[in-house]
Amino acid sequence: MFESLSDKLEHALKKLSGQAKINEINIGMAMRDIKRALLDADVNYKVTKNFVEQVRKQALGEEVIKSVSPAQMIVKIVHDELVKAMGGEQKDINLKTSRMPAVIMVAGLQGSGKTTFTAKLANLLKKKGRAPLLIAADVYRPAAIEQLKTLGAQIGVPVFSIEEKDALKAAKQGIEFAKQNSKNVAIVDTAGRLQIDEEMMAEAERLKRELSPEEILFVVDSMIGQEAVNTAKVFNDRLDFDGVVLTKMDGDTRGGAALSIKTVVDKPIKFLSQGEKVDDLDIFYPERMAQRILGM
Amino acid sequence: KGRTEIDDEFLEELEQILISADVGVQTTLDIVDKITERAKNERYASEEDLNNMLIDEIQKMLSDARDAHVVDFDAPLPSTPYVILIVGVNGVGKTTSIGKMAYNYKTAGKKVLIAAADTFRAAATEQLEIWAERAGVPIVGQRQGADPASVVFDSVSSAVSRDMDVVLVDTAGRLHNKIHLMEELSKIMRVAQKKVPDAPHEVLLVLDASTGQNAINQAKEFMKSVKVTGLILTKLDGTAKGGVVIGISRELNIPVKYIGVGEKIEDLQIFDRQKFIEALLK
Ligand SMILES: Nc1nc2c(ncn2[C@@H]2O[C@H](COP(=O)(O)OP(=O)(O)OP(=O)(O)O)[C@@H](O)[C@H]2O)c(=O)[nH]1
Ligand SMILES: Nc1nc2c(ncn2[C@@H]2O[C@H](COP(=O)(O)OP(=O)(O)OP(=O)(O)O)[C@@H](O)[C@H]2O)c(=O)[nH]1
Ligand SMILES: [K+]
Ligand SMILES: [Mg+2]
Ligand SMILES: [Mg+2]
Repeated sequence: MFESLSDKLEHALKKLSGQAKINEINIGMAMRDIKRALLDADVNYKVTKNFVEQVRKQALGEEVIKSVSPAQMIVKIVHDELVKAMGGEQKDINLKTSRMPAVIMVAGLQGSGKTTFTAKLANLLKKKGRAPLLIAADVYRPAAIEQLKTLGAQIGVPVFSIEEKDALKAAKQGIEFAKQNSKNVAIVDTAGRLQIDEEMMAEAERLKRELSPEEILFVVDSMIGQEAVNTAKVFNDRLDFDGVVLTKMDGDTRGGAALSIKTVVDKPIKFLSQGEKVDDLDIFYPERMAQRILGM
Repeated sequence: KGRTEIDDEFLEELEQILISADVGVQTTLDIVDKITERAKNERYASEEDLNNMLIDEIQKMLSDARDAHVVDFDAPLPSTPYVILIVGVNGVGKTTSIGKMAYNYKTAGKKVLIAAADTFRAAATEQLEIWAERAGVPIVGQRQGADPASVVFDSVSSAVSRDMDVVLVDTAGRLHNKIHLMEELSKIMRVAQKKVPDAPHEVLLVLDASTGQNAINQAKEFMKSVKVTGLILTKLDGTAKGGVVIGISRELNIPVKYIGVGEKIEDLQIFDRQKFIEALLK
């Protein structure tokens, strides 16, 4: 569907096939195409600018100048830089605790896929031999508890909820319930919130303070645009989360947010949510993501 | 008198503002070209002049919802029951927007019925029931897993016999690249037409303002299976500006009709181009 970046660059650099070497001018043209490709993929404007500057420096280095196929060489630099920027080693969620239960909290914007993800994660952990409990701490969204209960029933994982509209109380009582019922991991589903909603962000901080979760995961829709950066930054400033979950990856988004978020908060992307069914959960591979962003 | 050239600093800042508002590279370049050209032809005296030209140029790219359909909730409807189908990808705010629209129509004195045709998502009907209750309007639904087209048939039939003014059809969230789910929408349309031949009178595509360039694909693909007549741009109470609708409106000629500005029942507004552009450029 997308003209791949390497095709574009090939095209941009065609004009220099007569010339022996790459110079500042045609590198400049290639960089414009790279910038465009990244922005089309929703990589944040500032992140794109810095990224392209990095690539430009490298592209002007010896290797590329001497190379016979400069376009491919540049694509390789872009690709490798992308993988580097998003990568680091694959990190698993941290459940190594003597505490019973280990607590995982999810947070994010409205509709990003938190509730669905908690069920997927519970399903995965259950398959790995854990005894999970889902805790309904979204006390605002209409039928949020019903939704979690339905999902819990689908995977055979119990769901804890209370009548009272108090997220903290629900979470604390849920953890107590887990203890008494030998559940060794408690996954807390929270309400969607905007990062500029002070009251709701304060609630999230309170949940963190009182529950001391082993793991806080920031759930973000992979179709998100330029605001991915601000959003992730504020959530991270307030919660210092441990990892990122990219959802709705079964769509056709290029998913540039992955690069933006990784760049600004430097937290690992731990899971990809790829569908509406409880099994549609995957781990993250920087390599694949780089190719997706480039439209390769 | 006046200047005919815009300095690079202004254009660079403009580019940054537009891209950061999710306007997208192509539309941003086109806006920059338009304003450069206009400055050349018309001259300008101050940055304020330039800004006004800019607002004007962007406004031209945004089609007006009033050209095609009734926008105000209290305006008379061309025919009843007036069937509005709400579609969009997962989690954008379809169900919430239906609750808000039902409330607005009801407040304007219209008889509204909600069709719960999302029979797929966990507790979708329960969620919609709460909204129907808040708005004080009836809802027609079936059990989870039922055929959504059959829910629509029931709803439209019921609306005809109960002399309803408006039917709001909630559908399951679906990603636009899932062919079988998109075909399901066409089927829903056909079934509604069995009872009301010119239904649906409107198809509103809901877009989340925080979405990036993928929204263009969403609009294109939904357009292929259902004739989208307007957009609802939700979550504008956040920091995202929703600039991608400019390209969509221009390229596909789909106007933005309503905006969502919160999670409460009153948080739906009629789209105002001028206000939208001012917020975008801020
Ligand atoms: N296609 C697809 N849909 C998804 C995925 N994850 C979640 N969804 C859907 O996205 C919609 C929103 O998901 P939820 O899990 O309710 O999102 P949430 O973040 O809990 O939403 P709030 O609680 O309202 O903030 C639902 O229709 C889900 O079925 C995914 O990976 N792929
Ligand atoms: N801040 C804000 N939140 C909104 C707005 N509209 C909807 N939401 C929230 O977004 C989330 C998803 O809304 P829904 O109405 O369930 O979205 P949907 O498109 O019906 O979702 P699916 O049916 O799962 O595809 C909920 O948490 C809503 O409260 C809005 O305008 N502003
Ligand atoms: K906004
Ligand atoms: Mg939820
Ligand atoms: Mg819905």
